[in-house]
Amino acid sequence: MSRVIVVTSGKGGVGKTTTSASFAAGLANRGHRTVVIDFDIGLRNLDLLMGCERRVVYDFVNVINEEATLKQALIRDKNDNNLHILPASQTRDKDAFTEEKVGNVINELRDSFDYIVCDSPAGIEKGALMALFYADEALIVTNPEISSVRDSDRILGMLSAKSQRAIEGEEPIKEHLVVTRYSPARAETGEMLSLDDIQELLGIDLVGVIPESKAVLQASNSGVPVIRDEQSKSGQAYQDMVSRFLGEDIPMRFLDAEKKGFLKRIFGA
Amino acid sequence: MSIFDYFKRKPTKATAAIAKERLHIVMAHEHRVANGPDYLPALKRELMEVIAKYVHIQRKDIKVNLERHGDCEILELNIALPEDDEKTATAN
Ligand SMILES: Nc1ncnc2c1ncn2[C@@H]1O[C@H](COP(=O)(O)OP(=O)(O)OP(=O)(O)O)[C@@H](O)[C@H]1O
Ligand SMILES: [Mg+2]
Repeated sequence: MSRVIVVTSGKGGVGKTTTSASFAAGLANRGHRTVVIDFDIGLRNLDLLMGCERRVVYDFVNVINEEATLKQALIRDKNDNNLHILPASQTRDKDAFTEEKVGNVINELRDSFDYIVCDSPAGIEKGALMALFYADEALIVTNPEISSVRDSDRILGMLSAKSQRAIEGEEPIKEHLVVTRYSPARAETGEMLSLDDIQELLGIDLVGVIPESKAVLQASNSGVPVIRDEQSKSGQAYQDMVSRFLGEDIPMRFLDAEKKGFLKRIFGA
Repeated sequence: MSIFDYFKRKPTKATAAIAKERLHIVMAHEHRVANGPDYLPALKRELMEVIAKYVHIQRKDIKVNLERHGDCEILELNIALPEDDEKTATAN
């Protein structure tokens, strides 16, 4: 049985696309047939983070409008045969989306993939609602910051009211918390909400903590999901997240502030 | 960070606790609104119909609000009636 996972947050710019790219690449790397769909119609970005922007010929809206087949639109990752990308369109044709048409595409994808990862746009409007409608599970991407936590809470409300599972009264969507751009030093000094605070406020299980790291920007500059940067903390943290998602019980890492020595503090890291 | 920054550095304020407290309050409020009874829109519509028999009002003139104080719920109705000369209602 394939699973549909929406990566969502309400708030913009918190790391949904970064997380979608690494999560999908991680699942594929462990042998699962995975497709990642960019639902951000009009603002295509996933292709850049996956390094396939020059291979986009057809997009999601072309498939919805039956101007192209899924097979024509899917882009296979150049490093991993298990990984495919369905890019968003660059036109603002949001009205192309209807529950029925999106459902048809998802159903067709279910035949050939184990995991269908939906990278949601920001907001709580149609695009975000379409991305979450068919979800079986959700990654709630949250930054340790007041408005991000509130918006995550709003999105949790949407999942339990507006999704197909909610409407049909089926078993609820399984929700997982992903805290990104976490800065242990700043949480330690009480400057930033801590992990415990966020978990207590949102009340869902934590599946990963991704530290704030320069490696993320470098990875997106090069068009390689950061999970493939095995040296970086954020890459390793995404690996751990995928393991936990797949049921492994491993401790959280990178939660403690680096102890900087006196000299290091003076002369910089 | 240079040596000058090190000596300039001000202690940072621990404002996360304030953020958490504010979130607790605002999220609790938003949950109450989201989980509010679903008869409110219908109630509002029917009130409209009744009042419209006597005076001309618009949907925006009726405010229906449900608040919870402890175990006590307060239903607040706020109906703005039009100016006298507009009261050329159907009820004459
Ligand atoms: N762990 C991290 N450390 C440092 N920077 C990060 C981290 N995660 C994400 N970023 C940066 O944050 C920015 C936004 O990331 P991303 O595009 O993934 O967010 P998004 O939620 O998809 O945004 P949008 O709502 O616009 O779709 C990017 O510049 C990205 O490089
Ligand atoms: Mg995005």
